[in-house]
Amino acid sequence: MTESLLSVRNLKVDFRLNDGTVSQAVTHAVRGVSFDVPVDSTVALVGESGSGKSVTALAVLGLLPKPNARVLSGSSIVYRNRELLGLTPRELTALRGAEISMVFQEPMSSLNPVFSVGFQLIEVLKKHLGFDGKRARARAIELLREVGIPDPYIRVDAYPHQLSGGQQQRVMIAMAIACEPRLLIADEPTTALDISVQKQILTLLYELRQRRQMAMLFITHDLGLVAEIADQVVVMRDGEIREQGAVTQIFSAPQDAYTKALLACRPPLNRRPLRLPVVEDFLRGAEPGIDTAERRRGVRGGAEIILEVNALSKHFHFREGLLRKREFKALANASFKLAKGKTLGVVGESGCGKTTLALTLMRLTPASGGSALFEGRDLLSLTPEQAMPYKRRIQIVFQNPYASLNPRFTAGQILMEPMRIHGIGADEAARVNISLDLMRKVGLPQPAFFKYPHEFSGGQRQRIAIARCLTMQPDVLICDEAVSALDHSVQAQLLNLLQDLQDEFGMSYIFISHDLAVVKYMSDEVMVMKDGAIVEMNDADAIYANPKNSYTKQLLASLPGQGAAVVGGAVS
Amino acid sequence: MSAVMTHETSPGLWALAWRRLRRDRVGMVSLVVVCAYLVVVAAAALGWIAADWPREVGVNYAPPGFAGADAPPPQGSLTPLPTAAAADEPGIVDPLADVLAELRKGLAAAPDAQARAATLPLGGDKWGRDVLKKVVKGTETSLVVGMVAALLAVLIGTVLGAYAGYYGGRMDDFLNWIYSVFTSIPYLLLVLAIAAVLNQKGTLTVILILGLTGWTGIFRLVRAEYLKHRTREYVLAADAIGTSNAQRMFAHIFPNVSHVVLVQLSLHVVLFIKSEVILSFLGFGVGVETVSWGSMLNESQSELILGKWWQLAAATTAMAVLVTAFSLFTDALRDVLDPRLK
Repeated sequence: MTESLLSVRNLKVDFRLNDGTVSQAVTHAVRGVSFDVPVDSTVALVGESGSGKSVTALAVLGLLPKPNARVLSGSSIVYRNRELLGLTPRELTALRGAEISMVFQEPMSSLNPVFSVGFQLIEVLKKHLGFDGKRARARAIELLREVGIPDPYIRVDAYPHQLSGGQQQRVMIAMAIACEPRLLIADEPTTALDISVQKQILTLLYELRQRRQMAMLFITHDLGLVAEIADQVVVMRDGEIREQGAVTQIFSAPQDAYTKALLACRPPLNRRPLRLPVVEDFLRGAEPGIDTAERRRGVRGGAEIILEVNALSKHFHFREGLLRKREFKALANASFKLAKGKTLGVVGESGCGKTTLALTLMRLTPASGGSALFEGRDLLSLTPEQAMPYKRRIQIVFQNPYASLNPRFTAGQILMEPMRIHGIGADEAARVNISLDLMRKVGLPQPAFFKYPHEFSGGQRQRIAIARCLTMQPDVLICDEAVSALDHSVQAQLLNLLQDLQDEFGMSYIFISHDLAVVKYMSDEVMVMKDGAIVEMNDADAIYANPKNSYTKQLLASLPGQGAAVVGGAVS
Repeated sequence: MSAVMTHETSPGLWALAWRRLRRDRVGMVSLVVVCAYLVVVAAAALGWIAADWPREVGVNYAPPGFAGADAPPPQGSLTPLPTAAAADEPGIVDPLADVLAELRKGLAAAPDAQARAATLPLGGDKWGRDVLKKVVKGTETSLVVGMVAALLAVLIGTVLGAYAGYYGGRMDDFLNWIYSVFTSIPYLLLVLAIAAVLNQKGTLTVILILGLTGWTGIFRLVRAEYLKHRTREYVLAADAIGTSNAQRMFAHIFPNVSHVVLVQLSLHVVLFIKSEVILSFLGFGVGVETVSWGSMLNESQSELILGKWWQLAAATTAMAVLVTAFSLFTDALRDVLDPRLK
């Protein structure tokens, strides 16, 4: 290995928590982490939420939240033979930006909305490099060109909201590399972006790193991305390093059970095992052999249709000026059929109308036109009273499990409420029993009945949301990005659960996701949406193997880990 | 029955907030002070203490006990009434001569029959009424006015705010229009107008005036909260399972905005206590048959010229302590209820 630019030794970070239960609970966010970032290479820090990967990065930059975080003695962070932990705030500020810089996850909230991007770039250049106004502007335009912003002469005066999410992230990267840092720390730089944009940003980061011979510390939860960009991988869990090594070694011959589990729990694209392996399987030591049993997916001709959607549209109107109105078509003439007991996957990038489709079908937002026939009755033309009996038969699981449960209700109350409304269960006692039954089914322990949402993890909350739908025994369940906000290992568990429930209750799913691998694994049929319209719909296997539409092809090409699609070839 | 299964009741958000509050020393001290005031008010309302505040137990302007009694006035006369000689001046007929003679006779006939006290614990007012009892009774009036008016204002503001924010559209436009009308009229003018319409003085009138004019700020805040919450996923989820609009507004959203409402309630109690003082001071307050801090301050206006400071001191101290404690408690409440802290 060549000389190391940054070496972290035995880093320990404690957080003090004021959660109201114990006077001062301490969590050990990082417990003795050691790794090196060699010159001119990329090190990926991989871990799921709570693994301490971001805390480690913040510790390097000296950006830990002051009063609550404490770096324990014995820790050491050496950058070019200089210990960073003892530096004064002034010395750290000089180092940040000039020598070490950072790209954050959310470009939207990292850019100041009231200044043009050029202004923000020029400020950096003036402050750290002492450029004068004219020179700084010229340099800013150069930087924007380097990060691939089209027409940088014009865009330099654009405000953040005038740029797309991908372009905003490009501007953030331009700011980060403005002072030619030797080390770039990228904290989940692509997580908030659409999959095709994600790939462009990764390529950009890869090329920039090579061209400028920086070192990069790339933080992500997605092991799939790592293969494309990293030279070294550090796998973290619960504040500890589980495994580190060269990227080829991690992918071809992982040593640690957790690493193996992370690699295995992603749904494969080429096949469809009955169950996805979950982390617990691996940690228990019982390494599951390759599950050879395959689930058959796909809809054959004579399948019974439960929901038939015809020319469904949803328009929004914006007022422009005093009198003019602008129309935005969130959903334009969408028609499809959902087969009974089958899963229809819906894929598309943000803004393509996937969620509007779900909300319109649920009557949560009024449709502008079209019909949705459920057993021959048009759901959309019913009065609220007529719709009540149908409400329980078509249900939805939302994306964000932190937002979709009322924080003031216990899990029990959340489950009992729909049963009370729809008169399910003879009396309260019967309803309690049904709830407990369902909680067992979705894998929640009995005491959870009396707990509030804030006491559960994200995966458990999503289980509650699923159980809430199950109380009404729906025929159709819409999963709107239901697993997208969760860690991959938790995703695998929930996907298994959803499949089990489908087997048991014969529900039909409309499975909405931007994650192509997950949709492929879950769906019988797949529908690709773009700008509110359905561009292609076919059996899942057929569409992935042989996409007809150019947009579908483009979308599928951006799937990470698809061999040929790898950027520079860290892994061949 | 499954109701018998054993479980640990887990702390809800309110319980967690209470735990945080218990660790907030300033918050707890102010809570204790506020509670002490409430106990006094309850006792006064039930007639256990200070029921006889109108009795004239001391000499006029009896000084507080710790300041020592005044030197006995000459000739035992308590009030320096104009002497008869003044009325005997040639050419001037005193139209009140008869009345004065009557008064003089009355005073002479009852030379402190009930042996009026020369000093009182916190002094006496113009008629020798016990200032301590007046303060206690005044606390009752002021606090009751403050709390009931705040409840009324919060009720109006919350309900209207909930409807405006939840439904939006025309409902929102209409309620905002009402809001604008109320806020565009100068405050005192509005108070006078409502006072004129109600056409009688009294505690109830003050409560109505304060409640009917004070809801506007709460309306804006609650409306904003409902606007924010109505598109949250948990509300959509509640819609999806078939709850009615009213259930969503009050069973689902309200508990999640109640911390805002509670802080506003607490804030408005303080605000209205001060407003009542101002109204009474200006003469739009409670009637003469009741005493409040405001009416005490009003009386002490003329007393101060005579150097009788104790009624002013007692009323202001009582008010300052309560307002400070209540404000500090409100701050603590806001901190512990902040949902970001959960």
